[in-house]
Amino acid sequence: MMLEQSEDDAPKRARRDDREGEMAVVGRSVTINRPRVTLFAFWRDFQNLPRFMEAIEKIEPTGPQRSRWTIRAPAGQMVTFEAEVTDVKDNERIAWRALPGSQIMTEGTVSFSDAPAGRGTIVTANIKYQPPGGDLGRLVAKLFMAEPNIQARHELKRFKMLMEAGEIATADNRKSKEDR
Amino acid sequence: MRALTWHGTNDVRVDTHPDPEIINPRDAILKVTSTAICGSDLHLYDGVIPGMASGDILGHEFMGEVVEVGSKSSLKKGQRVVVPFTISCGQCFFCQKQQYSACDNSNPAAKQDASEKLYGHAMSGIFGYSHLTGGYPGGQAEYVRVPFSDVGPIVVPEGMDDDTVLFLSDILPTGWMAAENAQIERGDTVAVWGAGPVGLFAVQSAMLMGAEQVISIDHHPHRLDLAKKFGAKTINFGETHVLEALMEMTGGIGPDAVIDAVGMEAHGFAVDNVLDLVKQKISPGADRGHALRQALLAVRKGGRVSVPGVYGGMLDKWPLGAMMEKGITLKTGQTHVQKYTHDLLRRIQEGEIDTTWLISHHLPLEQAAEGYKQFHDNQNEWTKVVLTAN
Repeated sequence: MMLEQSEDDAPKRARRDDREGEMAVVGRSVTINRPRVTLFAFWRDFQNLPRFMEAIEKIEPTGPQRSRWTIRAPAGQMVTFEAEVTDVKDNERIAWRALPGSQIMTEGTVSFSDAPAGRGTIVTANIKYQPPGGDLGRLVAKLFMAEPNIQARHELKRFKMLMEAGEIATADNRKSKEDR
Repeated sequence: MRALTWHGTNDVRVDTHPDPEIINPRDAILKVTSTAICGSDLHLYDGVIPGMASGDILGHEFMGEVVEVGSKSSLKKGQRVVVPFTISCGQCFFCQKQQYSACDNSNPAAKQDASEKLYGHAMSGIFGYSHLTGGYPGGQAEYVRVPFSDVGPIVVPEGMDDDTVLFLSDILPTGWMAAENAQIERGDTVAVWGAGPVGLFAVQSAMLMGAEQVISIDHHPHRLDLAKKFGAKTINFGETHVLEALMEMTGGIGPDAVIDAVGMEAHGFAVDNVLDLVKQKISPGADRGHALRQALLAVRKGGRVSVPGVYGGMLDKWPLGAMMEKGITLKTGQTHVQKYTHDLLRRIQEGEIDTTWLISHHLPLEQAAEGYKQFHDNQNEWTKVVLTAN
């Protein structure tokens, strides 16, 4: 499920026209100062993803290649869909997509490659999705600060924090939100 | 707990906040004993740093006693520690290159957007210094939560008073790195704009690093007197033509290295739409001089410019021609505090560096607002305010 490359060498997600047909494309690269094997293994267990993806409430395995994702949508709603892994190459790539007929149509790939000179691993996530309610839905999502592009960026940063620092940075002084 | 709280431009008050808790495994909680007001806190006080919010606790120069530790902290309850103002994870590419103030992982992900827009890359976390750098509650408080407490804090050996080590948190390493960035060579003249705490420590550091001549430039007579204590020569820019004086004091060559320890409020800088986006009011510093521009004109051909002074936005009328045509090197940045603390602590222990002469006033934390006002308004006499918290 490789995304089509644009004419220059920049990835599709960096193009001004970040669409592929009906699908919006978001993505981001981040360099993480940890070995490829470690990062791949962490990501391959989808149950780990909610630890750094704030929009995901939980991911439960429903079969060898399938899992049920519960996502926090704008306005306090929950959306669930079932996803299947469509491609895995050990320590290099994991691809998944929502099963046909899901409430959210999305597909994604995360790839892992060695950064130069022992600088760790370049992790690239590419997500395609059909915006709920098209452009209007995307606008609504923006209003709730849950714009998928921003979310993807934040999530990869939190992944990096968790992998490098072992914890996710917060400026909060109290555990409970009411106290802050 | 009680803590000095920012409410708006020139409006800080000591308010009551909930005590901090351990949130992450590498955290520690300190009971603050001493905490200083920094010259860069005055930029917050004047409302010229973007990204402040009413209710923010200020303070990034502090030390205290460890009262609680997370499961992965290397500190122990009861230890006295000084805490670097920059928050650094110790594990990322930058931390491992000892570029601690460029840490990738200490600024919470959602807080990184603003500095990414403003500067092209996200800044690291800093205690009590606006939401651009994480919005971390600062140390001008009775208690403070210290993230990554296994990397930053330095344990104070027994028998050393707070006043002798407190400035390891910021201004001493900042002055030291400023001098290091000036890449001083034998025979060099180093000119330092600003005889505030960082400027004075830069003077002291430049002397230790073997400068032939250090020239301190300011207009507060008392501060210039302090610079003289370390053997610096002085120029009072209120009375003297600085550029002419510098040429005459260097045999017509100009200083080999110059240090701008003044920062943004001497210059005034232009505001653009990006800054408006983060909803900050930034006003030009009108008639407060032209330290950095002047420094660029003063420095000799092929010379070095070191900028420890804080800048937050855009500067116009930048003499880029002077830089290019003279072949000038410029080094700057928030201080990589953790890189310097151990060496500087040793120098303090061995009596090579003393910092206590800088402190002009001690006040209880409850009087912090008064401390800000005096430090801001009476710069000649109020050279450094240390707040005692517990």
